[in-house]
Amino acid sequence: MLSVQADSGRPESDRPRPVPRRPQTARGFGDRVFRYQLTATGVVVLGIMAAVGLFLLLRAGQALRARGFAFLTTAEWQPDVHNFGIAAVLTGTLLVAAVAVTISVPLAVGTALFISDVAPRGLRRTLVTMVDLMAAVPSVVYGLWGLFFLQQHVIGLSRWLSDWFGWIPLFKVDGTQPGQPLASDSVYTASTFVAGLVVALMVAPIQCSVMREVFAQAPAGEREGAYALGATRWGMIRAVVLPYGTGGIIGGTMLGLGRAMGETIAVYLIISPVFVIQPHILQTGSNSVSSLIALHYGDASDFGMSALMAAGLALFLLTLAVNFTASSVVARSRSGAQSEG
Amino acid sequence: MTVVEEITAAPEVAAPAELPDQPRRIGGPTRSGVLSLFGAAASGLCTAVLLFGELAPFSGVLGFWVTAYVAFLAVYAVLTGLEEDGQAVRDRVMTVVLWTAAGLLFSALALVVGFTAWRGREALPHGNFFTQDMQAAGPLDPLTHGGIAHAMLGTLIMIAIALAITVPLGLACAVYLNQIPGRFSRFVRTIVEAMTALPSIVAGLMVYATWILGLGMQKSGLAAGFAISVMMLPIVIRAADVVLRLVPGNLTEAAEALGAPRWRTVWHVVLPTARSGLATAVILGTARGIGETSPVLLTAGFTAALNADPTNGPMVSLPLAVFNFVKSPEPTMIARGFGAAAVLMALVLVLFAIARVIGGRGPGHQTRRQARRTARASRRDAARFEELHAPTLSLLAPEPVTGEND
Repeated sequence: MLSVQADSGRPESDRPRPVPRRPQTARGFGDRVFRYQLTATGVVVLGIMAAVGLFLLLRAGQALRARGFAFLTTAEWQPDVHNFGIAAVLTGTLLVAAVAVTISVPLAVGTALFISDVAPRGLRRTLVTMVDLMAAVPSVVYGLWGLFFLQQHVIGLSRWLSDWFGWIPLFKVDGTQPGQPLASDSVYTASTFVAGLVVALMVAPIQCSVMREVFAQAPAGEREGAYALGATRWGMIRAVVLPYGTGGIIGGTMLGLGRAMGETIAVYLIISPVFVIQPHILQTGSNSVSSLIALHYGDASDFGMSALMAAGLALFLLTLAVNFTASSVVARSRSGAQSEG
Repeated sequence: MTVVEEITAAPEVAAPAELPDQPRRIGGPTRSGVLSLFGAAASGLCTAVLLFGELAPFSGVLGFWVTAYVAFLAVYAVLTGLEEDGQAVRDRVMTVVLWTAAGLLFSALALVVGFTAWRGREALPHGNFFTQDMQAAGPLDPLTHGGIAHAMLGTLIMIAIALAITVPLGLACAVYLNQIPGRFSRFVRTIVEAMTALPSIVAGLMVYATWILGLGMQKSGLAAGFAISVMMLPIVIRAADVVLRLVPGNLTEAAEALGAPRWRTVWHVVLPTARSGLATAVILGTARGIGETSPVLLTAGFTAALNADPTNGPMVSLPLAVFNFVKSPEPTMIARGFGAAAVLMALVLVLFAIARVIGGRGPGHQTRRQARRTARASRRDAARFEELHAPTLSLLAPEPVTGEND
């Protein structure tokens, strides 16, 4: 190039000193505008996300000031006489989420391992798409399915569980005795368990896709090493894939937990709301924060709306904490796996 | 069945030297593997039939299958144990368990989709279901009256509003996260990732608090569009971010090496390379946004009439219509609900099919038409360079590749 040749003709001292180039600096006016615009979108997105928490907090202030700490310990929901709290709905939310995660995690881990290691190679991409599709099926469709199909088929299982394991408080159903088959089926419907089953199906694909992503990153060298040492496929999975995927399993589980706690419509359609702390998951009647909001937003007074906002804020903070933990766990497991190449 | 596709060779088989040379089979089903699988399945089934029919006072369909499955696993383990060592038995049994887990999940999906379509069969054949709204149809009217045209239009309008907000903002933010690294963008990424699982009702509640309570607007399609945007934005950003990270570094480095400013690199290299992946990200976000009920429930109000004006008056979307239909005890209303749910499912499926077709290729892979277009463009460029350089090659300084007219 011309300029380079001109440079090299100069004496040594005139040459500009070699400064390490800073590759991140913007070059020219267009680039500076570009940078500012992109940063601005980042700020806007962050602002929107912050506004969610901020406005909930602002609106919830009135109710929170009125109730103080009792907001966390009261089970009733009568905002118009200033007697309300989220003890019942929060317990319900956590129980539904716990049931959902207990059922979905084995399914999700199994399916993720199946897709990453067992399934015929030609089938894998299709299966990944199907898992994604399952995650995108509208929640109201799951709710319909749970309400009109699953519920009547689950009663047998609920009855069996409560007959044999009724001595565990969790599985106890009031008003039934083991060996008394005449108890009405309706005590088993609209329960935490049924809602949890439906939510489990909704969160399993999300957990599965996170886990599969992490499992697929388990280094090929170590997989082959395990095979070369004579490991069976399951031996390889236990020795290589699962240890590498621990972060993915934990993170995926928690992401699913976050989704399960926030699920509204499917839970709302299935449960019959009660405002007492209901620890019996097989028994009819349950509640959750989000279905409380969906139930009461229409007939709420100003103060009632503020109370609902406070409940929403509690849900928001809870899911946020769970999600933060989940994504940091997943991120850490990802970076660890990448170092191997 | 390929359950037993990977057969392990026990180490001691290979050790003796007097065995004749024989290529070792390292995969594929063996006859005894397949036979023991089917044998175990048959015997598991028979055990369950025996227990439920004759011996024990068990009952219930679910219990029958669980018993059959457990018996099947036990028999299969024993049969495999007859000729393999413990390692291989564990491997075979776990392979079957993994197949079962995946089979359960996918059959649940098939069941959900199939059940909705099956129950929707009553409402779907009626043409008026797609062309009328519910204004003139009471709860007791037969399915030949009323339809979900208002909900379909509402869904289209709301998702259009949401896309108009999320696509530019989401893609720009994803580019920001990728192109301008730093502490702040890492922070934004963390927040966005945590927000992908934002409960959708909280998104609705936020728009309700700001737009309807704060600014005093009425419930409308616009508010619902905002709520869906708040929910979709993190999903789109996250998916687009992942796709943009897959753009090969040597492409961007080549552009930088040619002296292109960053914005040109992004506009002409990064975004076109990731185009199909970005389209997939947007479509998947759309599929999620279309199906959400709770943000719309809080912000759109409810109406039985067709309303094409998103700024004025309540508007209803498909999932919200489903929700309201099935709350009614009337069988015709429930049939309408399932019909609307089937339409919604079909919409999501179509979006997914499109995403699969577009996103079927990795970054940088082109369709034949795109390849032809690129070839044409580079021929044009070659001709242009020819023109520029041919007569006065030695006099001109090299033209920067990033000239205004490329």
